[in-house]
Amino acid sequence: MSYLYFPGCSLKSTGRGYEESILPVFEALQMPVKELNDWNCCGATAYMSINELTAFALSARNLALAEKQNPDSRSETVNLMAPCAGCYLVLNKTERYLKEFPDIRKKISDSLKSANLEYKGKVKVRHPLDILVNDFGTDKLSKQVKNPLRGLKIACYYGCQIVRPYAEFDDQHNPITMDRLMQAIGATTVDWPLKTRCCGGSLTGTIQDVGLRLSYIILREAKKRGADLVATACPLCQFNLECFQNKMGRLYHDEVNMPVFYFSQLIGLALGIPAKKLAMERSFVPLKTSDMAKIMEGGTNVRS
Amino acid sequence: MPDWQKWRKIKYEAELDPGFADKIASIPGGEKLFKCIQCGTCSGMCPLSPDMDYTPRQIIAMIRAGFKKEVLSSHTCWLCASCYACTVECPKEIKITDIMYAAKRLAIQEKVYPKRFAIPVLAREFFNGVKRQGRSNESFLLTRLYLKTNPLQLFKQAFLGLQLFYRGRMSLKLESIEHKNELKALLNSLEKEPLMKSKTGTPVATGEGAR
Ligand code: SF4
Ligand code: SF4
Repeated sequence: MSYLYFPGCSLKSTGRGYEESILPVFEALQMPVKELNDWNCCGATAYMSINELTAFALSARNLALAEKQNPDSRSETVNLMAPCAGCYLVLNKTERYLKEFPDIRKKISDSLKSANLEYKGKVKVRHPLDILVNDFGTDKLSKQVKNPLRGLKIACYYGCQIVRPYAEFDDQHNPITMDRLMQAIGATTVDWPLKTRCCGGSLTGTIQDVGLRLSYIILREAKKRGADLVATACPLCQFNLECFQNKMGRLYHDEVNMPVFYFSQLIGLALGIPAKKLAMERSFVPLKTSDMAKIMEGGTNVRS
Repeated sequence: MPDWQKWRKIKYEAELDPGFADKIASIPGGEKLFKCIQCGTCSGMCPLSPDMDYTPRQIIAMIRAGFKKEVLSSHTCWLCASCYACTVECPKEIKITDIMYAAKRLAIQEKVYPKRFAIPVLAREFFNGVKRQGRSNESFLLTRLYLKTNPLQLFKQAFLGLQLFYRGRMSLKLESIEHKNELKALLNSLEKEPLMKSKTGTPVATGEGAR
């Protein structure tokens, strides 16, 4: 199966590490991925707060482009991979609203027409977690592991928008796809209740004291449960959890110091891709050297 | 109006806006709003309700009762992080997150949002940026946001910006799409669409007038 890839604005700037790890991982697994040509902003949450219809129209243009650029002429559905949780939700929501509300469908298809575009409804918006677990398979993944992450304890943090409001491929209250991937590459996952609790979203930029508290609660819980690091699947979550740890330390008198990586970076490491090629150096909080050594020695240095 | 009159929270029928609930309910799937049983599940699920002046449950009740001015000028919808925790648990399947978005849009439209509050400014800057370039440019967006709301913040955030830049996570290149005209045609065709229609046709009064 081939996939079209929708990066979204974040994966080209603050969330570059996500793109720079997901693409090598898919390449190593021999899953063909092609970037959607001339994609535009998905509409995101900020756009929704100004004008809902324009937000849908922005997303609809991407869906229409994807349909036109179908990489797999044999297949009826076009698989559009959206790694950013925000883009994933907005594209998905647009797809659903176009089907559910004829009123919106009419207005949007009219406006697409004025831009010489058309959308027939063939796109399926997919998250890489979904693709890796359900299309590729965890068994197949574990067979390709060169450096098992044995001994590493990972808190999988899904954030809100991957499973809410639409639980497309995972459980809404206790999602497990990322946990299964991390287990498949040899790591231990911690059992914790904040997997889908809100990280504060853009509040860390707007009303910072409120936003920081939400992020801090998540990091503190991960630490309490003995996690060595937090794995994320969203550029905004990664940014919020990682980039303000100094400030949290000052505010809450608690040295946080918790590495936060994309799940794709960790899979990349396990597949034997060098850390440099996975943009790990773009992070503020590095993995502890002892943990890194564990990975590099192929899990021979087992802790337990 | 004497000062003590402003503290009064209970209202006379005549002071309410009866068309307000219909207006909010005109969003897709919005009519379910009238099915709310005031169970409070939404407020319990909301990670931000401790910071809100009115909890999500209160907002729903106030919308139904026509407390337009209070709802639109409250901080609640601006604190909402769109996490959908309330929406997925509501026993009546009310799309509370979408209602928060609708309140944000109306507040911007009527210019009653809290003064120099960063979020509406962020939303507006984002909107304009995407309209021009087709993509959002985070570094430019944040700079303009801080310049407009709180220039001092810009210096406080400069260190973080520098660190991001150093790690290649903040680009000074303006990202944009190739077919800007196509996007322009698409967005312009929607320009004439009303943001939200009011079934009763009650004109929505602005901030002060609603008092
Ligand atoms: S959870 Fe739903 S029914 Fe219960 S108070 Fe909130 S909106 Fe009303
Ligand atoms: S979507 Fe908004 S109102 Fe609902 S729980 Fe999340 S922050 Fe609260």
